Amino acid sequence: MTELLLILVSTVLVNNVVLTQFLGVCPFMGVSKRLDTSLGMGVAIIVVMAIASLATWLFHYHVLIPLDVGYLQTVAFVLIIASLVQFIEIMLHKTSPALYRALGIYLPLITTNCAVLGIAVLNIRKQHSLLESLAFSLGAGLGFTLALWIFAGLRERLELSAVPKCFQGTAIALITAGLLSLAFMGFSGLVKV
Amino acid sequence: MMTAILSLGAVALVAALILGWASRKFAVVIDKRETEIVAILPGANCGACGFAGCASYAAAIVAGQAKLNRCCLGGNDMIVRIAAVMHMDAHPPLPQKALVLCRGDNRATVMKYRYLGLRDCNAAQLLADGPKQCPDGCLGLGSCAAACPFGAIEITVGDLAVVHHERCVGCGRCAAACPRQVIALVPVSAMVHVLCRSHAKGAQVRRYCDTGCLGCGLCKKAVPEAYVVERFLARVDYDHADQAAQAVAVCPNHCIIDLAVHQLEKTEAQATL
Repeated sequence: MTELLLILVSTVLVNNVVLTQFLGVCPFMGVSKRLDTSLGMGVAIIVVMAIASLATWLFHYHVLIPLDVGYLQTVAFVLIIASLVQFIEIMLHKTSPALYRALGIYLPLITTNCAVLGIAVLNIRKQHSLLESLAFSLGAGLGFTLALWIFAGLRERLELSAVPKCFQGTAIALITAGLLSLAFMGFSGLVKV
Repeated sequence: MMTAILSLGAVALVAALILGWASRKFAVVIDKRETEIVAILPGANCGACGFAGCASYAAAIVAGQAKLNRCCLGGNDMIVRIAAVMHMDAHPPLPQKALVLCRGDNRATVMKYRYLGLRDCNAAQLLADGPKQCPDGCLGLGSCAAACPFGAIEITVGDLAVVHHERCVGCGRCAAACPRQVIALVPVSAMVHVLCRSHAKGAQVRRYCDTGCLGCGLCKKAVPEAYVVERFLARVDYDHADQAAQAVAVCPNHCIIDLAVHQLEKTEAQATL
């Protein structure tokens, strides 16, 4: 149990997907203009990441390994994740139109998100058990949401401040992201992995 | 080799089967009229109709929960076309434009303090009711300009918001964003306006603004049916505004403006350069 908690905390704070491993930086920059859309994207990432890493874990150890075709890992994972996201999208459109509209373009964007695929592959590389990979992917999703949420708050605030002309737009956003990453370095001694 | 082809093919087959089954099982029925109306609507998602966006407005029309004339953007043609889709009669609304009811830029008014905070009127208003001596004047930090989906509002060099009427569609988002209610929606046909919202007494207005309404009533004396003076503030009665232009010259503080002769957005922008 402590093992799982440790994995969870270390992936949320210490090894934050975006801010220390720079996975999934594209939505981190792209969907962080407003607090509410960033939260929607975060929830979508958490759900997809958790389901996808469970599915890919099961697939890897029960299909790829017994059949001795481990080298198909990347293409098989991409296929599984893409179909999963498509399935979730169809389900959501029927069962919860409001959430479907709120997520909008972000849901299909997740199919090719490197954070989702990265976490699935890392689960195999680090030889996690099923429960560990669930904790790992949940932590990664939560960490992503936390980073995205904080960053969106900063950018909303930034929009109202007098930014020097040459820094305006993407430049100041990237600088802010760098400072946020610097702040997250402070967590690096929290958990000994 | 074979195992690779077969296993990957099997995954793809299973995924395709599940997706095919799901798309039938969870199919969403969309009213054909809804897609047609979405295609007719301007697609600006400005929210002036009171719905979250053009798609939600279209859904509300089809469901019979909204009138056809809520969209102020597309004009009469669009409403007639929506009415044709719905087989209903069209009732075009009265067109309106936003207008900033203040001419007190930073040369005409006196400041309370120098504001260095967030570039947002709502934030400035929280700090001792704003940096301007006048409690009703435009703060000029651009909350309205940020709220405008059409880029119709400009902040002049003198820190005053000015609406460019050729771009304004009258959605009213700026009026809702303004913490001081300086922006009003006025009929497009009306040309003469009183550009002040302050109910303060004349002597008080004189102390902090060169161009505020004193409530002296000279305009009402000149054209009695076109003006209303209440609590030291004059306004144009837009229902009887035919003769209102005659009073423009009598206003001692020049806060009555005739847009037919006086292009506000140009003069304000140039005056402050």
